[in-house]
Order: sequence, then C-alpha cells, then structure tokens
Amino acid sequence: MENYVVAMLVFAGLYGLMALGLNVVWGMAGMINLGLVGFFAFGAYISAMLTKFIGLPIWFGVLAGAAGAAVAGMVVAMVTAKLRGDYLAIVTLGFSEVIRITASNEIWLTNGTDGISGIPGPFRGEVTPEAFNLIFLALVAVVVAVVVFLLQRVRHAPYGRVLRAIRDDDQVAAVAGKTVIRFKIEAFALGCAVIGLSGALYGHYTSYIAPDGFVPLITIYIVLALTAGGTGNNYGAVLGSVLVVFFMESTRFLTEVVPGLQAVQVAALREMLIGGALIVIMRLRPGGLLPERLPRIDLPQSALPPSALSEEKKAT
Amino acid sequence: MLTEVAQLVLNGLMAGTILAVPAIGFTAIYAVLRFPNFSVASQVTIGAFAGYVANVTFGLPAPVAVAFAFLVAGFSGLICDEFVLRPMRPAGPLAAAIAAVALTIVLENIVRFSFGNDLRGYDLPVLRDWRFAGLRVSPQQLENGGIAIVAMACLFGFLAFSRMGKAMRAVADNPMLASIKGIDSVAIGRLVSFVGMGLAGLGGMLLGLDTSIDPLTGFRAILTVFAAAVVGGLGSIPGAVVGALTIGVAEELSLLVLDPAYRSAVGFVAILLVLTLRPRGILGERAF
Repeated sequence: MENYVVAMLVFAGLYGLMALGLNVVWGMAGMINLGLVGFFAFGAYISAMLTKFIGLPIWFGVLAGAAGAAVAGMVVAMVTAKLRGDYLAIVTLGFSEVIRITASNEIWLTNGTDGISGIPGPFRGEVTPEAFNLIFLALVAVVVAVVVFLLQRVRHAPYGRVLRAIRDDDQVAAVAGKTVIRFKIEAFALGCAVIGLSGALYGHYTSYIAPDGFVPLITIYIVLALTAGGTGNNYGAVLGSVLVVFFMESTRFLTEVVPGLQAVQVAALREMLIGGALIVIMRLRPGGLLPERLPRIDLPQSALPPSALSEEKKAT
Repeated sequence: MLTEVAQLVLNGLMAGTILAVPAIGFTAIYAVLRFPNFSVASQVTIGAFAGYVANVTFGLPAPVAVAFAFLVAGFSGLICDEFVLRPMRPAGPLAAAIAAVALTIVLENIVRFSFGNDLRGYDLPVLRDWRFAGLRVSPQQLENGGIAIVAMACLFGFLAFSRMGKAMRAVADNPMLASIKGIDSVAIGRLVSFVGMGLAGLGGMLLGLDTSIDPLTGFRAILTVFAAAVVGGLGSIPGAVVGALTIGVAEELSLLVLDPAYRSAVGFVAILLVLTLRPRGILGERAF
C-alpha cells in the first residue's frame, strides 16, 4: 500500500511537470498544445534509447530528451507561428499521432509495439524496489521544485510579462515592438522541453515504454490538471496534477460501487468522468482552484502623472 | 506499373469522395462558428454506430441506414453544441477547441460503454468486384461514392438556393454584416452544427461500410479529415472536397513508397507542407 501511494505521488509529480510545461505554452503565452502526449513520448523515447541502446548516463539521456522535445516543439511552432491558433491545435494533435505511428512501426529504432523494456533507472537493482521508489520520488520532487522555481522566475521576469501581453493581445505586443513570433516559438519550445523532461523521467521510472502508453487521454489529464489547478499559475499546475491523480485512482474503486459492469464499461466510465470533469470545470470555474494572480508592481507616486493618479483612485 | 498507379488513383479518388463528407462538416462548422470543432471525431463514430443499429438491428438497407446516421449524429452534434460548446465560445476559440476534445472523449466512451470495443461489420450483400481495363472496383465502393456525391449535391443545392443556406454563407462571410441584415447567428450556428455533424456521421457510416467499425473509428479518421480541410483551405466547403480528393489520392500513392502503416502520417505531412507553402490552402478561406 505504501508503495502504491509512493508510485502515485511519483506520477502526480510527472503529470505536474507536464502541467507546468503546458502552463508555459497555454497559461503564459496563450498557445494551444493538444499533442502534449506526443512531446512526452518523444522525450521518453530519446532518453530510453540513448541510455538503453547506447549506454549513455541517465542524466544525459534525460537532458537530451528535454532538448529533443524542445526542438520538436520549436519546429511545430515555427510552421504555425504566423497562423491563427486553430492551426497549432490541429498540427499538435497530428504530431502526437505521428509520433505514436512512428514508434509503433520503426521497429529497428524503437522496437515497435513491443516497446523498450529494461530502461535503466537511478540505483535500480542496487537497492530494494521500495527504496528505489522513494529515491525516485525524492528525485521527482526536487525536479518539480526546481522547475517551479525557474518558471516562477520566468513568470516574474520581463520575459514573462511579454508572454502575458502576447497571450492577452498579440497585436498590442507587436505594436510595442516585441517580436511576437520569436517569443511564441521560444515559449512553445520551453514548454515542450519541460514536457519532454517529464517523459524522460517516466521511462526511467517505469523501466518500460511502449506506444500504447502514450494515448491521447493523457493530454486530457494534463489539460484537466492545469485547468482545475489554475491556468497561468505554476503552483496550480502542480496542485491540479495531484488532484487528477487522486481522482483517477479513486475512480478505480468504481467497480465496487457499481456492480455488474464489464471491465470495458468501467474503463469507459472512468474516461467519461475525466472528460466530463474538464467540461464542468471549464464551465463553472474557468480560473481553477488557484486562479492566476498577476504580479503587481507598485510604481512610486512621483513616477505617475497627476491625471493617472486620479484615475487610479477612481479605479480602486 | 501504369495499371497499378491507375488503380491507386482510382482507389484514392473513391476514398477521397467519402472523406470529403466529414471534411465538409468540419470545415463548414469552422466557417460559421470559427473554431476547430474536434468533436467531429466522435460524431463520425456515433454516425457509424447509428447506421450499424439501423442496418443490423433493424435490418434496413445501407442507403436508408445512412440517412439514419445523418440524423442521429446531427441531433447529437446539435445538443452537444447547445449545452457544451456554445457557452464556451465567448472564452475564445481555443477554449472551445479544448472543450471539444473533452467532449470527444466523453462521447467516444458513451459508445464504448454501450457497444464494447469489438469490431463490428455492417450487414452487406457480398458482391464480386467489377473489372474493366485491368482495374478493379467493388460495387459497394461505387454505391458509397454515389451516396457521398448525392449528399454533397444536396448540400451545395441547399447553400446555393435556399434562404437558410444563403444566410449561412452570409454569416460565414461576414458575421457583422450578416447580423446587421437581421440574420440570427445563433440559429445559423445551430443549423450548421446539425448539418455539419450530420455529415460527419454520414461520412462515418460510409467509412465503416468499407471496413468495420469500433469506438475509435472516428479518432482514426480524424487526422485525415483535418488534413483534407486544411489542404483545401480551412473554412472553404469546395476546398474540403478538393482537399479530400488530394489527400485520398496522396494516401494511396504513398503506398508505392511507404509502409501502409504510415498512411495517416501522409495527412500530417500534407498539413505541414500546405501551412509552410500556402497557408490559405488550395482554394483559400472563402466559405463557398
């Protein structure tokens, strides 16, 4: 039971990383990514192949997985950067499918639908499985903390302010002299890097990856996690992921509550609940549990013209 | 070799004719409501299963069952848009797109819950392929293509001549001007949801008549449908037809050089190519 809880916390952390990546793309820069699972798989495969087949160290594989996902994200964003956001939605959705098809069919490279097994993990085999679980949980917790810290820095930096400006109105940002397209591509690549990082860690944790593990439903989990937690809020992304994992795991006990269902019907019910939850939250609480709070900058009174002062008083 | 290529082109054109039906649905909804309604995927599946119920359970012949598929998917699309997607649209097209993906998951699983994951086939007469000049064509494919062409002809007639059809084009063309002229954009939105999703469902059944159906039928087809719409010009109905024929032929010709498993990747490559070289698509964004 303890192992189970630890494993679920690890998954919450991995989902949290993905939600943080999505938060950069969607929460900060206002771009859509419906192919999260494709970038997740991309990172997982790169890291697994480098460490398993070539024997490179794990840390290198993980970084390479993140970098590879960033490059893939950059390419996808570059193709659609000048177009309306709808196109990015279509292209990212297609990207994740193509990754899955490629992983299933390039058997020489990815071992096809059999997947890659025996992916090395830190200290795996040297310690008991329970200890390995705990070590990995600590590792994931540290990675999440570091990523949250770095992304908070980005959010509060002028860079993050530009991204929010682009999200809210990219024409205004362009008029203010910001290179909107470059910022969009960079933000998308940064978000995908975090998602790829999560994928790489996932492979090293479970020691086995296969195309079947990268279904589009995972994208929905992450969108749900971020929306429930609070779009635009890094802490919300992590909180939302913990809630989603908790929610998913508690629906496992659905079989006991509703008797007389076949396995496939239970699986269908769980997926319905996830999709339904996302729709309901988007309708009733679009800001999420921890709505985005914009960093306030208090200007010194003397820096404002007198007219602005009176207007500000009216506003407050 | 030449006959082989001719056979592939013929297959591609017939596949493209069928593909055009859901692609028109997707692009028409985009033209009027201005967001990519990904729940087309699940309405394709719902149509396929509605047709299955009509065909296998009630024993109706395929051409009649197709009408049933249109109606069920149309009403399902209308209800979903009314209660799920329309309230989301003020938050922006991307929020609506995300909600549409969530909706797809829900609807797909309603089908899975009711019918299970097994492959199902329609109850069709077994017919011998026709052969002429070294080319093969199955009568069933011809019938499917014929149904698709009739459905498209009805749609074009509706858009060209009926008052509602003209109003729909007006809203797609210039929503502001249309509302000044007193066209009720909400009613037009309902109409396009019904017709568009109905076409998606009809297309789903046509796709299923060729092979078999399961709850993932729509999802598997969806990348090709998007590709057809984007290649032809997102929001352009004749464009969807041109795009669907292009993608259909390209997918078949890809068999000459690629593994069949990569068929649906062809659509993705086509999307990337078109967006890089000619983002408006072949026919541009004009709705009709």
